[in-house]
Amino acid sequence: MKPAAFDYIRAESAAHASSLLLEDENGRIIAGGQTLVPMLAMRLARPSRLIDVARIQELSYIRDESERISIGATTRQVLVEKSALIHEKLPLLHKAIEWVGHPPTRARGTVGGSLANSDPAAEIALVAATLGATLRYVDETGENSVEAEDYFIGPMITALPQSACLVGADFPKWNDRFVGTGFEEVNARSSDFAFVSAASQVGFDESGKCTRAVLGIGGLGDFPFRVDVDAVKDRIGDEAALREAIAAAIEDVEPLSDLHATAEYRRRVAITLASRSILNAVREARELAHAN
Amino acid sequence: MRTELNVNGEIHVVDVEPRKTLVDCLREDLRLVGAHTGCEHGVCGACTVIVDGTPVRSCLMFAVQAEGSEIVTIEGVAPAPGELSILQDAFCETHGMQCGFCTPGMILAAHALLRDNQEPTREDIVEAISGNICRCTGYDQIVEAIALAARRMRGRNMPDRVPA
Repeated sequence: MKPAAFDYIRAESAAHASSLLLEDENGRIIAGGQTLVPMLAMRLARPSRLIDVARIQELSYIRDESERISIGATTRQVLVEKSALIHEKLPLLHKAIEWVGHPPTRARGTVGGSLANSDPAAEIALVAATLGATLRYVDETGENSVEAEDYFIGPMITALPQSACLVGADFPKWNDRFVGTGFEEVNARSSDFAFVSAASQVGFDESGKCTRAVLGIGGLGDFPFRVDVDAVKDRIGDEAALREAIAAAIEDVEPLSDLHATAEYRRRVAITLASRSILNAVREARELAHAN
Repeated sequence: MRTELNVNGEIHVVDVEPRKTLVDCLREDLRLVGAHTGCEHGVCGACTVIVDGTPVRSCLMFAVQAEGSEIVTIEGVAPAPGELSILQDAFCETHGMQCGFCTPGMILAAHALLRDNQEPTREDIVEAISGNICRCTGYDQIVEAIALAARRMRGRNMPDRVPA
């Protein structure tokens, strides 16, 4: 046994989990545990109690709610991977999910767990930041929500209150005539943490004009963030213009630096992956337009 | 904590500390030592078991979390004592193992793949075992074993070349 001792309690509801957190500030929620358990094994985390939310059935769902796709916090990543609804209506998440760990960790890992853990290199978090998801949680005041841009505030740090239990994430659905997506990542080996990742989604109208474009970059800074590419919307297929805009946008970001990837390398790769992800999204949207 | 575990179709009642991982519980309390403890933090895949139909890492799960789930370990895949499953046979035949440490995890990951996908491509096979590390074979014979087993499971479990 590698972890330090803890108590184990199964929460019956999100409100129950929140009240258990409120009772004991050293408590932690466990869902899939695919990141938390290694941290426990290495004793980087030593919670006094683990509050298991994985059995709360009503937190496991993928729903089409007209303006958005709503995903419950304890929804296993494998369900997202295999969901026809996600494939069709949230193609960016569909593309990203295969980069999340590998099949055995996706079988246990949950969407909410990844968002609550908020690793700077996490793919689900990157998609949430890129598309501007809304994160819903329950704390002692009841059900609340926070926008992705305010939610991610540091490496493994979120804006969630201490007693909050994440209950779901709502991803906006795009109704543009043609939607293309791109997801790019560089890592040391398949399934490992991203050094840098980039996600893009572009919308085109009937006439082939780009109506909107979003870009997010993960692994580079303390948390995944969105890069404003609105200024280059009219030149969205122009690689040189994209690279220039992206380089300018991330100029003030201080990239992470470690044994595997220096800050300078990450910055260079970020510019390339980000522009590549947009170009791939553009290509995909144009192919869809062509096919119609 | 009193915990009921359904392993290979049998119900076991164990009394474990909450911090005891499923792999430690299987090995120490149930004496099912086929799931191996390698890295014990989710990197190597040697502890892979099947929980509710999908391969998972039993070191990234506490035994108490597994209550109510159906667990299958390598001890549960052979059709009868002294026999091997088609996949196990294929691993022997193509030399899909050397030291054998990763083998139970590889076989269980492959079992789950072949249950859902009768005609896996090489990419499907590689993806299915991408969470399992082997430091001996270089993976080629493992991929070959799984492809061979897939072929056999579509037909009959017979050697490719029958001696004249």
